[in-house]
Amino acid sequence: MTEQLDAGLVAGEIAEHPDALSAPYAGGELGRGRRRKEDAKLVTGQTNWTDNITLPGLLHMTVLRSPMAHARIVSVDVSAALELPGVIAAYSGADLADVQGALPCAWPVTADMVHPDHPPLAVDEVRYVGDGVAVVIARDRYTAADALESIAVEYEQLPAVVDMETAMGEGADLVHSEKGTNVCFRWPFASGENYAETVAAAGDDAVVVKRRFRQQRLLPTAMEPRGVVVAPIAAADEYTVYSSTQVPHILRVMLALVTGIGEHKIRVIAPDVGGGFGSKLDVYAEEVLALVVAKKLGRPIKWTESRSENYQATIHGRDQIQDIEIAATKDGTVLGLKVELLADMGAYLQLITPGIPILGAFMYPAIYKMKAYDFHCTGVFTTKTPTDAYRGAGRPEATYAIERIMDELAAELGRDPMELRKQNWIRHEEFPYDMVAGLTYDSGNYEAATEKAEQMFDLAGLRAEQERRRAANDPMLLGIGISTFTEMCGLAPSRVLGSLSYGAGGWEAAQIRMLPTGKVEVTSGATPHGQGHHTAWSQIVADALGVPFEDVEVVTGDTDSTPKGMDTYGSRSLVVGGIAIHKATGKVLEKAKRIAAHLLEAAEGDVEFSGGAFSVKGSPEATMTIQQVALATFAAHNLPDGMEPSLDSDCVYDPENFSYPHGTHLCAVEIDSETGFTTIRKYVCVDDIGKIVNPVIVEGQVHGGLAQGIAQALYEEAVHDAEGNLTTGSLVDYLVPAASDLPHFDTGRTETPATSNPLGVKGVGEAGTIASTPAVMNAIHDALRPFGVQDIDMPATPERVWRALRHDDGTPRDPTGTVAYGGSSTSTTAGGAE
Amino acid sequence: MIPAAFDYVAPTSLAEAVTALSEAGEDAKILAGGQSLIPVLRLRLAFPTVLVDLGKVDELRGIREDGDSLVIGAMTRHSEVMEDPLVGQYAALLAEATATVADPAVRHRGTFGGALAHADPAGDLAAVALALDAEIVAEGPGGRRTIAAKDFFLDYLETALSSDEILAAVRIPKLAGSWGVRYEKFHRVAQAWAIVGVAAAVRMDGGAIAEARIGLTNMGATPVRARSVESALVGAADRAAVVQASAAAAEGTSPPSDLGGQADYRQHLARVLTARAVTAAAGLDR
Amino acid sequence: MRVRMKVDGVLYEDEVEPRTLLTHHLRDGLGRVGTPIGCDTSNCGSCTLLVDGESVKSCSVLAVQADGTEITTIQGLAEGSTWHPVQKAFQEHHGLQCGYCTPGMILAAVDLLSHNPDPTEDEVRHGLEGNLCRCTGYQNIVRSVLSAASEMRGDGPLPGSFQDAPTEKAGASA
Repeated sequence: MTEQLDAGLVAGEIAEHPDALSAPYAGGELGRGRRRKEDAKLVTGQTNWTDNITLPGLLHMTVLRSPMAHARIVSVDVSAALELPGVIAAYSGADLADVQGALPCAWPVTADMVHPDHPPLAVDEVRYVGDGVAVVIARDRYTAADALESIAVEYEQLPAVVDMETAMGEGADLVHSEKGTNVCFRWPFASGENYAETVAAAGDDAVVVKRRFRQQRLLPTAMEPRGVVVAPIAAADEYTVYSSTQVPHILRVMLALVTGIGEHKIRVIAPDVGGGFGSKLDVYAEEVLALVVAKKLGRPIKWTESRSENYQATIHGRDQIQDIEIAATKDGTVLGLKVELLADMGAYLQLITPGIPILGAFMYPAIYKMKAYDFHCTGVFTTKTPTDAYRGAGRPEATYAIERIMDELAAELGRDPMELRKQNWIRHEEFPYDMVAGLTYDSGNYEAATEKAEQMFDLAGLRAEQERRRAANDPMLLGIGISTFTEMCGLAPSRVLGSLSYGAGGWEAAQIRMLPTGKVEVTSGATPHGQGHHTAWSQIVADALGVPFEDVEVVTGDTDSTPKGMDTYGSRSLVVGGIAIHKATGKVLEKAKRIAAHLLEAAEGDVEFSGGAFSVKGSPEATMTIQQVALATFAAHNLPDGMEPSLDSDCVYDPENFSYPHGTHLCAVEIDSETGFTTIRKYVCVDDIGKIVNPVIVEGQVHGGLAQGIAQALYEEAVHDAEGNLTTGSLVDYLVPAASDLPHFDTGRTETPATSNPLGVKGVGEAGTIASTPAVMNAIHDALRPFGVQDIDMPATPERVWRALRHDDGTPRDPTGTVAYGGSSTSTTAGGAE
Repeated sequence: MIPAAFDYVAPTSLAEAVTALSEAGEDAKILAGGQSLIPVLRLRLAFPTVLVDLGKVDELRGIREDGDSLVIGAMTRHSEVMEDPLVGQYAALLAEATATVADPAVRHRGTFGGALAHADPAGDLAAVALALDAEIVAEGPGGRRTIAAKDFFLDYLETALSSDEILAAVRIPKLAGSWGVRYEKFHRVAQAWAIVGVAAAVRMDGGAIAEARIGLTNMGATPVRARSVESALVGAADRAAVVQASAAAAEGTSPPSDLGGQADYRQHLARVLTARAVTAAAGLDR
Repeated sequence: MRVRMKVDGVLYEDEVEPRTLLTHHLRDGLGRVGTPIGCDTSNCGSCTLLVDGESVKSCSVLAVQADGTEITTIQGLAEGSTWHPVQKAFQEHHGLQCGYCTPGMILAAVDLLSHNPDPTEDEVRHGLEGNLCRCTGYQNIVRSVLSAASEMRGDGPLPGSFQDAPTEKAGASA
C-alpha cells in the first residue's frame, strides 16, 4: 500500500519522513485544557497590532473633532494647515462631501425609523463632542497632530440635547432639526396574553411591583484603541484595509457600499486586535475616511486613535431607562411583565445602534414562566456619541431589570428571593420550553446550577451570619445577591434576523484543507480579537480528523484568505463558527473515507474511521491514516473515477436556534455604612454552557465577563455635563477597575448540552457580564433593605450608597429592626445620589 | 496624543538649572519626574516653550539628616522615599502616604519635589508636608529661601514659588518621641485620586494623645490642616474620644463638588476618616 | 537632541525632537513595536517597560529623559528562545486574552518580583494596580505571577488552575 503512495517527487520526499503521515491522535481533544496557540507571539511582543503596520511612503491621518455637542458649521479653513512643512493634505467635510458617503446602519428596526444622514466628516452640523470636522494628512504622526491646531473652524452653537426624557418632550430642541423629532423609533412587542387583562383577571390576588432602573452609559475601553491602515494600488483601484475591527467581512461589504468602490477591489485584514467588547463591531468614520483619502492621494494612510479620542469617537454602551412592572399572585406565581424602555441612540445610528435594545426585548422574561409580556421601546436621539453593542448588548440590561425586580417582588411578598425564583423558573423536565417572548429554550437545568452554586457559596451559612450581624447592628453591612440568568447567544438564525429587519444573515463559514503532508489548514469567518479561536478550532479539527493538535493551522481575519464570514460578536463564534468547522470536518471525512475504501480495496460500508485512521472491518492490518489519504489525494494517481483530487471542504452553517447558556451567580458584599464603600467579599458563579471545548478559555471568558459586569455595578459611568461634554473623558475619571479592585472569583460549571447543535455547546463570551451586574446590585440592595432602601443607581458609588442610607435631611436612616429577608418595609424609596 | 513642540534643556547642577530657568522666560516649565506634566502636555492642556529637565541634577536627589530634620532632595523619586530607612524612622507618615501615590511604575519616575510643586490638592503628599510642618527650600536667581509648608500652598495648583524659582529640597522636622502615624486614603479604584485623604500623626503619652497633627487631602483648593481637631484630640485615650474630637475635621473646609463626590459627602468623609486615621495612629484600634 | 540608549541589548544613538515620547521613539524610531500604547494619561500601563531595571510607563517619559539608560522591552525579556518565567507562566495560567496589556503587565510583574520575590495574592494585586486589563478579570494574571514567583524562587511553578477532566454532569446532582 505504501509503495503506491510513494509515487511522485513530492510524495517521495514526504515519505522520507514517515512519521508525518502517521502522527497519532492522542484523543480527548474536546474538553481538554489546551494552552493557547495565540500566546507565543503575545507574550514575546511579536504581535501585529494595526498601529505596528508600516508601509513605504505611509502617511498619517488625524481628525479634528468638534469641541461642542451641537453646532452649525459656519466655516472650516484648512489653508494654514496646508502651509505647514510635512502636511500633504487637509480636508473638511465639505471637501469630501462627494466621496465620503454616509455611515451605514444595518438594522432599521421599524419601517418608519428615523434614519438621519451620517457623514463620516460633518458637513453642516456637528452633533456630539468628538464628531469629526476635518482631517489632516501628514508625513508623520507628530506633524499631523500639530496641523490640527492650524485649522480654523467657526461654529454657531446650537442647543445640546443631553437628557432622553427632555428630548422627547413637547417643543424639545432637536438633534436633527430636519427630522422634526428626536424619536428614532417606537417598537412595540406584546406576546402571550394581554398583560393588563391578565393582571385584572387576577383581581385582588394580584401583586404588582414597579421600578425604574437606569443603565448608565459605559465606555467599552478595549485596551487597544482603534486604528486603520489603507494601502492603495491606485492604478488598479485596489485597496487593502487593515483595521482593528471585530468584523472585517462586514466592513468590506459596507466600505464598498459606502464608497462605491467595488467590493472585489477591497481586501480587509483584521490583524491582531486588542479586544473589542462590541466597540469594534462597527463601521467607523475613520475607516471610510482613510479609504477615500488613500484613493484620492494614492498613498498609504494610517490613523491611530488615542484613548481620549476613543472615549469620544468610538461607540458607547448601554444608556437606557427601564420602567419595569411585574405582576404576580400573592403566592408568588409570576403572571406577567410590562417593560417600557427608553434607549439613547446618541447623535447618529451606527451599524446596529437601534437593534441593541431590541435584542434585549426577548430576554426580560429570562428563566421565568409567565403568561403575559408587554414590551415597548423608544429610541431617542441626543447630542452624544452614538451607542451600539457593548458586551452583552441588550441582554445585560434585560437581565438586570428582571433579576432586580424579582428581588423587589420577593421583598414585597415577604419571600426568600431564591425560593421565589425556584417557584417560577422553568423546571429541568419542562425543556424544551416555549417562552412567552417567543423563543424556544432548548435545554437547561437551573436546579443543578443553583444547587452547586449554593453549596460553593455556603448560602445558608452567610444568611445566618447576616442575621446575627443585623441583630448586633454591625455597621459593616453584609449583603447577599442572587442572579439566576439565561441569555440568547450565538447570533443568529438568519430567518430570525430577517424577521427583526436586520440587514444580514447570521451564518458562519469554514473551510478545511488537508495539505499533502497531512497538516490541516482551517479558515474561519469568525474573526478573533483575543478569545482564542485558533486554539479552540484546532481542538475541534484535531478531534474530528484524528490529527495532532499541533498539525492544525487556523487562518482568520483576512477577506482574501477567509473570503466568507460574519465575524465575531454576540457569543457566536463557537456555536455558529465552531459548528461550521465541525461540519466541514465531516465533509472531509466523508470524502476521505471514499478514497480510503478505494485504496484499501474495500466497500465503503466496511471502512471505519477511528483515531485518525481508516480500517477495514475484519481486516485489522488494512489501515490508512488520514494523512496517507491526504497524500494519496494530492498525488491523485489512484482516485475513484471522476473524483476531484482534493481533500478540502467548505461549510456555511446557519444555526437553527440561539444557544441559551444559563447559570446562578451569588455575591456577598460588605458595605461600610459610614462611608458607603462596597467591597465584594465572595463571588461564586456556576455557569452551564453545555459541552466544553476548552475549559481554560471558558474560564478566562467567564472571569473577564464578571469583571466587566462588576465594573458596571460599582465603578464605571460615562458622565456628560449639561452642555453635552463628556466629563469622564479619560481613564483618570472613567474608572476601569485594576487587579486590586476586583475579588477572586469562585467558578463552577454544570453541563447540560445544547440540543440545537451537534457539539452540544453554548456561547460563553457575554455570560459573565450579563449575570454579574444584577448579582452585585442585588447584594447591595439586600444589605440596605432593612433601611428601607429600594433602589440605588449604578454604579453604586460610595456616595450613592451613603446617601441612600440617609433621609433627605441628611439624618441617618434606622434599620427597621426586622432581619429576615423581605421583612422590611418597601414603602419608602431612597433614590440615588442626584 | 502628542505634546506640542518645546525646547529642552537638561542642566547638570542646580545653579545651571536656575540660570536656565531664568533664561527660558515666563513660559518655561520645570520637568521633574514628569508623571503629571507629560500627560498634561500630551493632552495639550499646556504649551510651555521650554522644559528645564532636572533629571540630571544629581544634587537634587537623595535623603539626608541635618540635625533635627530630614532633608529630601526635590528629585528624590517616590519609590526611593517610601523605602528610605531615614524616612521610615523619622517621617513614617510620608512613607505610608507615598506608597499610596498612583502605582509602582509612576512612583519610579514621580518625585517628591515635583508632587509638592504641582500642588494638586488631591495629591497625597501635600497634606503630609503640611501635617509634618515641612519647609520648602527654594532656589532662585536671588538665592535660597525657605518657605513653611503652611505658607507654600496658595491656591489650586498655585504655590509660593515664583516663576524663576526651583523647589530644591524639602526639610522635614524629625518626629521625636512616641509617634504613631496613618494615612487614610479614600478613593474608588486603585488608580483614582483621593476623594479625601487624612494624614495623621499623633504622639502618645501614658496611653493618651499628647499631640496630634492632621493634614487633609482634597478638602479645598489647597491641602489643609485640621487644627481644631488637633487641639481637641489632646488627652483623648479611647476611640469614642477620638470620634468626638474628629467631628470638627471639616470645620472651615471648602471641598470641591465633582465626580468624586459632593462637598457635604467629602466633609462627612473627612470626619470619619480623621477618626479612623487617628485611632489607628494612636493604636486605639487594638 | 541626540539620545543614546541601549534597548534590549542593542545600543542606539539617534536624533530626536525633545517632545518625542519614549514609546514613540521605540516604536516609530527604532521599530521596537512590542510595546503598545493604550492611553494618554499614564493610567493603563500597556506601555510599561523597564528603564535601568525599573518599571516605567514609556508614554509618560520623553525619549530625551531616557538618554543614557538601558531599556528592556517585552521583545528583550526572553533569553534567546527561552522565555522568562513570567512569560511562561502567563501562557500556562491563561494570564492573557487579547494580549494588548500583556507586555506591560509582564514587565510590571517582573519589576514586582524583583522587589518582592514571594508576594501574597494581595501584594500581586496591588503591585499590578498600574496596569489595566479588560479581558481577564485579573485572576489568571495574579495566578501567573504567583506561579512565576514560585518558579523563580526555585520552588517550581504552581500547578495549573484548570482541570482537563470533563465537567460534572448537570443531572447528577439535580
